[in-house]
Parts: sequence; structure tokens; C-alpha cells
Amino acid sequence: MKQDIHEYLADLEDIPGTRVFTAKRARQGYWLNQFAMSLMEPENRAAWKADERKYLDTWPMSDAQKEAILARDYNRCLDLGGNVYFLAKVFSTDGLSFAEAVSTMTDMTFPEYREMMLQGGRSPEGNRSIKANLAAKGAGNPQEGN
Amino acid sequence: MARITAGVASSHVPLLGVAVDQGKSDDDYFGPIFKGYEWTREWEKTEKPDVVILVYNDHASAFDMKIIPTFAIGCGERYKSADEGWGPRPVPDVEGHPDLAWHIAQSLILDEFDMTIINEMDVDHGLTVPMSMMFGQPEKWPVKVVPLAVNVVTYPVPSGNRCWALGEAIGRAVESFPEDLNVQIWGTGGMSHQLQGPRAGLLNREWDNRFLDMLESDTDEARYISHLEYLRETGSEGIEMVMWLIMRGALGKRVKSLHRHYHIPCSNTAIGHLVLEPERSEAKEGVAA
Ligand SMILES: [Fe+2]
Repeated sequence: MKQDIHEYLADLEDIPGTRVFTAKRARQGYWLNQFAMSLMEPENRAAWKADERKYLDTWPMSDAQKEAILARDYNRCLDLGGNVYFLAKVFSTDGLSFAEAVSTMTDMTFPEYREMMLQGGRSPEGNRSIKANLAAKGAGNPQEGN
Repeated sequence: MARITAGVASSHVPLLGVAVDQGKSDDDYFGPIFKGYEWTREWEKTEKPDVVILVYNDHASAFDMKIIPTFAIGCGERYKSADEGWGPRPVPDVEGHPDLAWHIAQSLILDEFDMTIINEMDVDHGLTVPMSMMFGQPEKWPVKVVPLAVNVVTYPVPSGNRCWALGEAIGRAVESFPEDLNVQIWGTGGMSHQLQGPRAGLLNREWDNRFLDMLESDTDEARYISHLEYLRETGSEGIEMVMWLIMRGALGKRVKSLHRHYHIPCSNTAIGHLVLEPERSEAKEGVAA
């Protein structure tokens, strides 16, 4: 049953609009995620709310990671190794619900996103594979992934 | 002897906990979700399990990035509800069953499943939401719990096949515990959902229902579903469904389905719920209820 690790990891990068939380991302985002985790403690939340920049500067994160957090650019945070369960500590401290925070990563407003969910959610059709979408595009099929 | 008398699968969306805690469980949005649990709540009152082996995952609550156990078993006396950033859920402490938990841990290690043993931890919505769905809001939970935490966050997460085999080993471990105990195993999380990136909000009713069909039948095909298939078909967080396979593996080949419920949506997620009984002729005899 053992899978080839290189094939396995390459396949994980083939999902449209998704950053699978691989070891590589976990390493890149280690301090970003640990910073977010620290907001579980009330004293840390208070220090963060008092001065976000100052609190961030106590963590060995990259400038890009700090900027992405300050801008609440969660897609950028994912690109820089953030994981949504950790980032949830940041948006819950902001008072955002999971659904609202998640909607900011899509091309929809929150009301539009909520409506999509009520109508059955995003379809997997055309959202399964980056490679398949590219192939379909090459073949003149207008259907795109993300 | 202790016996696994039933398996329960359920989503564990945090918003369901909020609905219970704020008394919203029969409004227009949540009503249809909770209706599908009414049967189970009544059934649990007559089943009166002594212990639940509760398979769940921690969502950056008890475990941060410092330590990432693939399979961890709680052997402690009790567990408090975690503060996930909104303050702890107002639910009773979860009482452990250290005798059974240590027995399972030792048996699994001898059976070549190298478990991480946890003596102290807080438990998050992954564990407390299913408790609320099944038991409502009692002063004290009516069962003891053996928490079994699975890493489904950092890849590679365990394969479906490994999860199923772990379930089988848990079944053997429980059967060799000398005390008469009525034990249930619950698999939680899922079903289809994606909480990240431009593809967030993906749901797959058709796939989810095929998965439910598989778990209700005698086949063990579900153990061979690849991580890639979960990702493609059920969104990046649908992978939580591998935890259902631990429950199903523990029930043996033949099961009887007692109850099934599916609803879209709850927040970002498709809700699924199953109650299964292992089909062993003497399944319930000799169990002190
Ligand atoms: Fe979860």
C-alpha cells in the first residue's frame, strides 16, 4: 500500500484553489501558525489588540507573513504556510464567523457565499484538477476550475 | 467482557455547538439538522452505553505545531472543554475511563499500532459537539469517554486503510477487556467541506451519499479511497472522513444500519450522521447496561 512520496506530494498540488497543508507548508508557516495559536491566551489577545504590529514583531515571522496577517489576506497567509485552523484564532479574535472569514478567500461577498451554501455549495464539477482543467481549456472547452 | 455494541458517525461542525449553547437548535436554519438527531437521542437513552471511544481531531486547540501525533489516545481521568478563542463551551467536563483507555493503548501497541498516550489535555468542538448532538445539555455527561485524536490537518494524514485497520484492532482490544462494559465507538468530522482558498464552499452530496452507502454495507471498499480522492471530491477538509473508517473498522464485516441523516448546509459543511450496529448473533447479550 505504500505510495511513492514524490507522486503523492505532486498530486496534492493539483487541486484548484487549494493549498494542501503539506510538511513543506507546515515548515514555512511554523511561526505564523504558532503566533496565531498564541491568541488562545487572553493576555496575548489583549496585547495583540492593543498593538498588532508590536505583537507580531515579537514573533520570528517573515515580513511577508506579518503583512499578510495585518491585511487579513488569508489566501496570502495560506501561500505563506498558514493553516486555516490556526488562522481561525486571528479571525475569531476579530469576531468573524468561520463562514464569513472563509468567504473572504473566495471571489464572493459573504452574502453571496452564504447564498451559494444554501443552494447546495460549490460544485466539484470543474474543480477537481488543475491539469484536467488546463487540458479541457486546451481542447477548447470553456469550463475552468477556479 | 467489554463489547462494542454500536458505531455512530457524525459531523462535528463548531456552529452546531453554538446552536445548542444559544438555544437555536429548532430555528429554521438548524431545525432540519437537529431533527435528524432526535432518533439517536432517544436511542441513546435506551442503549445507555458505559463508555464511548470518541474518534475526533483536534483543531489547533490541545495540539499546536510543536507536536503532531498521528494517532493519540486519551488515558486521563477527565478533560476540560477547550477555549478555542471564544471562551470554553459551557459543557460539563468529559470524564475519561483510564482503565479501559490504558488497556486499549497497551493492546494496540502490542498489536503494532504505536499510539501516542495523552494524560492531560483539553478537548475541543471535535469531541464536545458530537456529545451535545447525542446527549443534549445534561448537568453531567451520561457516559465516560476514551478520546482518540487523529491528525487530519498536517499531510500526510493516515491512510484510510490504516484507519480501518486501527478500528479492527480497537475492536479486538475492547473484547479482551475483562469488565462487562457496553462500549460504543463514534467517528466524527466531515462530510464534504472546504474551509480555505478560492475553492472554499465545495460540497458533494452525491459522493457523500455513496460514502454513507459503503459504510452501511458489508464492503470494505471505503478503506481504499485515496487522500487525493477525498481532496478532489469532498474539499480540503473532507479528509476528516477517514476518522469514520476507524469506527466502521471496529464493527466487523456485517453491520445493520439503524439510522441515517444527511443535510446541506451547516455553515461551510455537509452534515452526515449514521448509527450502525455490528451484526454478531450475540451482540448484546451479557452486557451490563
Ligand atoms: Fe473538524
